[in-house]
Amino acid sequence: MEVLAILIPASLFLGLLGLVAFLWSLRKGQYDDPEGDSQRILDPRYEDKPKPVDEDQRG
Amino acid sequence: MSSMTIRPSACPACDAAPAAEALAGRAAAPNARILVSVPAVHCAGCISTIERDLAKMEGVNSARLNLTLKRLSVDAKAGIEASDVIARLDRLGYEAHELDAGTLSMTETERQGRELLMMVGVSGFAMMNIMLLSVAVWSGAEGATRDLFHLISGLIAVPTVAFAGRPFFRNAWKALRAGRMDMDGPISFAILLTLFISTYETLQSGEHAYFEAVVMLIFFLLVGRYLEFRARSVARSAAQELAALEVPRATRLAEGVESVVSVADLAVGDIVLVRPGGRMPVDGVVTAGQSELDRALLTGETLPVFAGTGTQVSAGEVNLTGPLQVRVTAAGKDSSLHRMADLVANAESAKMRYTTIAEKAAAAYAPTIPILSLGAFFVWFWISGGDLRLSLNIAVASLIITCPCALGLAVPAVVTASSGKLFRKGLLIKDGTALERLAEVDTVVFDKTGTLTMGTPEPTNLDDHSLDDLRVALGLADASSHPLAQALARALRDRDLRPARIDDLAEVPGYGVEGQWQGQRVRLGRADWVGAEAGAVTAAYLSVAGETRCFSFADQLRPGAETVVRGLQSQGKHVWLISGDVPGVVRDLAQRLRIDDWQASALPADKAAKIEELQAAGHKVLMVGDGLNDTAALSTAHVSISPASALDAARAASDMVLLSRDLSPVADAVRLSKTAMKRIRENLWQSGIYNIIFVPIALFGFATPLWAAFVMSISSITVTLNALRLK
Repeated sequence: MEVLAILIPASLFLGLLGLVAFLWSLRKGQYDDPEGDSQRILDPRYEDKPKPVDEDQRG
Repeated sequence: MSSMTIRPSACPACDAAPAAEALAGRAAAPNARILVSVPAVHCAGCISTIERDLAKMEGVNSARLNLTLKRLSVDAKAGIEASDVIARLDRLGYEAHELDAGTLSMTETERQGRELLMMVGVSGFAMMNIMLLSVAVWSGAEGATRDLFHLISGLIAVPTVAFAGRPFFRNAWKALRAGRMDMDGPISFAILLTLFISTYETLQSGEHAYFEAVVMLIFFLLVGRYLEFRARSVARSAAQELAALEVPRATRLAEGVESVVSVADLAVGDIVLVRPGGRMPVDGVVTAGQSELDRALLTGETLPVFAGTGTQVSAGEVNLTGPLQVRVTAAGKDSSLHRMADLVANAESAKMRYTTIAEKAAAAYAPTIPILSLGAFFVWFWISGGDLRLSLNIAVASLIITCPCALGLAVPAVVTASSGKLFRKGLLIKDGTALERLAEVDTVVFDKTGTLTMGTPEPTNLDDHSLDDLRVALGLADASSHPLAQALARALRDRDLRPARIDDLAEVPGYGVEGQWQGQRVRLGRADWVGAEAGAVTAAYLSVAGETRCFSFADQLRPGAETVVRGLQSQGKHVWLISGDVPGVVRDLAQRLRIDDWQASALPADKAAKIEELQAAGHKVLMVGDGLNDTAALSTAHVSISPASALDAARAASDMVLLSRDLSPVADAVRLSKTAMKRIRENLWQSGIYNIIFVPIALFGFATPLWAAFVMSISSITVTLNALRLK
């Protein structure tokens, strides 16, 4: 039963971490436009790495 | 279950007054935030097309499209107006309407929504953590371990309730002070009593603590609240803030000097100047100038009427071609516009407040909760011979089990699902009870101009004319702002025609346009002016070298008009067409759409009276209309819909706003509302049945915290799933 002394604080800490993460995402406005966000991943403008350069784009 | 509805006043001037102040405030700001509603957006393509294009627009810092709310927010430098953005979107092929970003309520709503969502989050995480500990207790933890787990649960539950339970406590307190009993009273009572007893039991090393049930109850109820809130705020922010930017101002002429004054400052006998394109601010008599007036919004007439010296004009009419000087005969309270507003106010006050099914259920259910648990307490107190602790525990168990977890979700879940479906089709629900009222409708009354038709004329006989005539007509029509001339020019340009070269172009206000073409005088305008016989249909006449040609026009049908009438008739609804237009035109349209019952030349009061008569005969009427002349009818009807192109007074008076040009969502909405009501009833029964099964268990003292948690989650989940079944 000694293990409870570690497990309970651990579970409470993890729960708190989850809550903080949720509040953070809420404040950042991540729930303001769920539908738009799901569509925006299809938009090439938001790619985070440079695209390989095409022949006709060069120069 | 308190639903708050804000009905703006029916008088457009009253709506516009704060808008005027907001307009002034916005002009001073260095950067403007423009909000427009773009109902047609639906995919990633729309997002990138619109955002990219606006980013290229001069003066725009950034633009972001919210697909969930179908709303575009533009951060722009001063000088950029919403109309510029709307024009740009129009070129991209998206219809847009301005939203008023200046109003405080927008940010207020956002703040409230976030706060509610935060409460949902906090109670959700607390529930999960407590549940972890509770599972250990349910699976057999005993003695000191159980007490420790209960204690930790309590330490999580008490602050959670203090934070997330506030909306319920606040409402309950408000209701209590007003001497009313609503659902939040028993809920708050249950939450507080259970929390108190559970804390006591924990300190006494008792067997049962209901911490998880309390937090779970709060969580599910908050989810229901949040859904309800969102459905309402989306509709409110978009429909009511479709800006009423028509500023009630007039240009007064005094001793030859023009001054812009507020309409409220005008007095009888003043002379006001109304420029082409302007709206009559007052009732009056024309003293100078000639023009034509568009009365469509007031009377539903499609044809512009001639106005010259001595013509009576009414507030709300639009001046089309030439400047007019008008002597005020009635301003403010006495004007015809204001009388119309009075008509609306009368209709509204005569209408009884609608009691929703949720309110009925709550009213029946709210007293049962405390009565049952009090009963359980006293009976067990008597049976056990004065065992206070046992009787209190049983009372709390029955209290928490009867608490209407699923009831709180039953209605909002369905309303959210159905209003989301309707919103995607382009229909906004402004009033929370509209969906329920729509489900009861058996008669549908349509207005003609601007509702079943687009209200814009289209030439019908272009093929009868020679190419030269068409090119001359185009050359002349281009020079005029008259709606018929503009419609003609648009139609001819669509045929890739180039205008003929016409010299000495001059518009003769009230009559038409004339000029010189290849040395001959050419005219486009009224029949008597060009020297032609006037026909029966709406037409413009062209004279070239003494010969006259007739261009006839017909009002274009709104897309989906046929579908909607057919759809409603196949659902067994009775369809009426009531218009202020002349009988011939109305009859033609009724025949074309196969509407058997129609009424023409109806004055605003006639429309309202007809609807009253239908409702007195036991029918529930849905009114669909857009004009000022419809406002009284819209507010008299059981439920009403107006297109987004309608005048703001009409939009304000109606319960739903149709954002798309297409009329067919109206038939879908009627069908969907029936299914939604069926689901709501099923949900209410479902949550009732759970209680019927489990309340006896609680009353006999067999209920444990495990039972309470089980009943709550099962009933909430089935109710939500049932709502999602909505097709």
